[in-house]
Amino acid sequence: MMHFGPSKLITILLVVLLGVLFSVPNVVPYEQRYQLNDAGEYEAQGVWRYIPSSSVNLGLDLQGGSHIVFQVNMAEVRDQQLEALRSDVEQALRVDGRRIYRSVAVIGDEVVAMTVQAEDRDTALQRMQDLSEPVDQQPGAFSIDQTLEVVSGGADEPNVVRARITDEQYAAIESRTVQQSIEVIRRRLDGMGTTDPTIVRQGDSRVLVQVPGADDPRAIIELVGASASMSFHLVDETIDPGIDGQARVPPGRAVFPVASSDGGGFVVVHSRATLTGDNLANASVTTHPNYVGPVVGFRLDTQGSLVFGELTQQNRGRRFAIVLDGEVISSPRINEPILSGSGVIGGGYTYESATNLVILLNAGALPASLTPVEQRNVTPSLGADQIESGRLAVMIGFGLVIVFMVAAYGILGLFSTLALLVNVVLILGGLSGLGATLTLPGIAGIILTIGMAVDANVLIYERIREESRKPNSKPAKSIETGYQRALAAILDANITTLIAAGVLFMLGAGPVRGFAVTLGIGIITSVFTAFVFSRLLAVVWLRATKPQKLPV
Amino acid sequence: MSFALVKFLPCGTTIPFIRNRMVALGVSIFLMIGSLAAFGVMGINFGIDFRGGVQADVETALPVEDIRAVADSLGLGESKIQASVAAAGERRSVLVTMPLQEGEGLEGEEAQNQAVLDLRAGLEAGIEDAQILGTATVGGAVSGELVVKGVTAIVVALFFMLIYIWFRFEWQYSVGAIVALTHDVIATIGFFSITQMTFDLATVAAILTIVGYSMNDTVVVYDRIRENLRSYKKLSVEEVLNLSINDTLSRTILTSVTTLLALLALYLIGGATLQGFSAAMIWGVLIGTYSSIFVAAPLLLFTNVNRSTEEDVDVVKF
Repeated sequence: MMHFGPSKLITILLVVLLGVLFSVPNVVPYEQRYQLNDAGEYEAQGVWRYIPSSSVNLGLDLQGGSHIVFQVNMAEVRDQQLEALRSDVEQALRVDGRRIYRSVAVIGDEVVAMTVQAEDRDTALQRMQDLSEPVDQQPGAFSIDQTLEVVSGGADEPNVVRARITDEQYAAIESRTVQQSIEVIRRRLDGMGTTDPTIVRQGDSRVLVQVPGADDPRAIIELVGASASMSFHLVDETIDPGIDGQARVPPGRAVFPVASSDGGGFVVVHSRATLTGDNLANASVTTHPNYVGPVVGFRLDTQGSLVFGELTQQNRGRRFAIVLDGEVISSPRINEPILSGSGVIGGGYTYESATNLVILLNAGALPASLTPVEQRNVTPSLGADQIESGRLAVMIGFGLVIVFMVAAYGILGLFSTLALLVNVVLILGGLSGLGATLTLPGIAGIILTIGMAVDANVLIYERIREESRKPNSKPAKSIETGYQRALAAILDANITTLIAAGVLFMLGAGPVRGFAVTLGIGIITSVFTAFVFSRLLAVVWLRATKPQKLPV
Repeated sequence: MSFALVKFLPCGTTIPFIRNRMVALGVSIFLMIGSLAAFGVMGINFGIDFRGGVQADVETALPVEDIRAVADSLGLGESKIQASVAAAGERRSVLVTMPLQEGEGLEGEEAQNQAVLDLRAGLEAGIEDAQILGTATVGGAVSGELVVKGVTAIVVALFFMLIYIWFRFEWQYSVGAIVALTHDVIATIGFFSITQMTFDLATVAAILTIVGYSMNDTVVVYDRIRENLRSYKKLSVEEVLNLSINDTLSRTILTSVTTLLALLALYLIGGATLQGFSAAMIWGVLIGTYSSIFVAAPLLLFTNVNRSTEEDVDVVKF
């Protein structure tokens, strides 16, 4: 038990060395570890290329930033899906070009089809069932779930067929919608030039966005929350939209408000969009001789260019409207055919608003609208204050524990504080190496670990004390027995705390998770340092001094 | 080491803990009833994590009453002001909390988002030296889920610990440990009712850590009880329990003191955000230490702990 073979010794020293290596970056300024390379990115320089160079990730509460949880509006998506299903059913219920339905309507969460004749119902049922297919899941996953559930109406409704979108299909749609939203949000934030934003799915239909350094969430909400669905429509100038936009318009026409930057008021357009944002190849901020200030230039993809060229050729002299999120942002008159597929949107933009629009257009539209349901933001200065007080609390707590342990156990107490020091280094190294995030509660976790880590040593030393009080006790024997007999209690005690940390990690949110991570790492490292490392120190000391009596 | 070591406790104490178990029982019952009564009468001051609402952390020198007047005039409901300690006329951080805004579903969420804008703008306009350090909103849907999550976390943790103790010891021990832990959780809820300190997500973390710490303490005592039951076959169970508590007493106190020292540093220096957290932890360490001595160990007398050694799990080899 008291013998440390070379392999054991090397392993212990290796663990400590790794801890030191991984925690060193935390005390060296960023600029010394990284430099700008030719590509304009930061890369490790000098010795940092060969040893771990990343420091602990600071949570938003410590470095300042915005934390926003967006709710993806699934009700909207559901309505779209039902409407699409309705139109598919209409298509399906044509036999040789003849409609066999009297009506197809969305009622509640069902699409209800009514056939003209009762005997057509079986055909309708068959055709509607054919619309159903296996739910499209992750690639490679085999699915037995169907997208639709189609049933005939009861005895009192002999010509009715009902179709429902299954829960499994909704779940798949939800996943896809949230995934697409995350991609769009990422492109938008990247366009904004934010550093390392975190964008993850939370729960079923929420997206968590964390942007370090941003102390005002308003700009982010504005950018992330905009649907940015863009479409091009021909303007119908023969109909007066009325002053308040309430004029009744014939089918196939729609009234849209005009953005105040483009003059305000209302305009009547063809409801059918000629082009949508999907046809956009790219957008950029530029200038144009016809406009004062910056304008947004756009280029359409190949197919879009063809359609746009045709539109401008056939409708020379008429106006077309560019609609963004239900508002006309520009409605220029077509003076000549535009075959190149590029154009500009002008009118009253500042450089900032033009840039924002460019980011939105380039990132594409969100599949559903987003509403913030939780926001937390902390200014970097508050974060810095909290780091400072956290650091001070760690040092003072540490100092008090050292004084106390040395006063109580003398040389052994000194070993335990050395072990504690190694413990803090290992925690820091573990956090840096794992890329875990340190939050304010995380710092509290470290302080708590400092207090509790000595528990293992106290358990051991109390046992050693007991042993050394027995008649004829030898120091080496007492120490060995003390370590041996304390092990079960140490393991039991720490495993139960580890269970608490594990549960916190799995069920906790945000900063609580950070606390769980430091607590968990701290428990594991403290068992190592208290039981293995401090024992090594004790053995070395025993061999070196060969004491006759233990100073406990 | 040339200086004399501080002996915090005389070695081999023989304090009759178990004989006075009825006194401890009385104290615990009083504590439980008191805590539940306080919870029933005063309730708990839930933070926006659990109740939803809007919050701004503003740095200003303005007195609390004036800040309240500004916040209440915004039409967002009645404000709650929490200022960190500072000399009069000095700038300090003040938490201004507004209640959850009304509205169904997404409408309510939109109202919340508007409210945080209004609060920020209102404070900046109404308080001359205001500097907004941070803002937060938690909507109705999220706060409801956080409550469920918090309670689930505590229950799940208790359950797994119970299983672990059962596995490592015997069922009598796991019953004793769970009763002691429940005792600690209820006493902590009472503590939050009486002090009216804000109860938020970090507090749930604190409670779980208290549970972990108390379990730690209990396991150490139990471990010694199990060992002594095997070693001292001639002593009565009551005597063994008392001996085990005394055996581990000096360790129990030493560990509590080091942990309390660290937490005290956190409480005094950690700033407003961590004050509630560390206060809960300090209380938890005290109550956890008490419960492992006065609740967990005596309970083994009531549950008729098994003395046979057939299920003995032997010393773990390292």
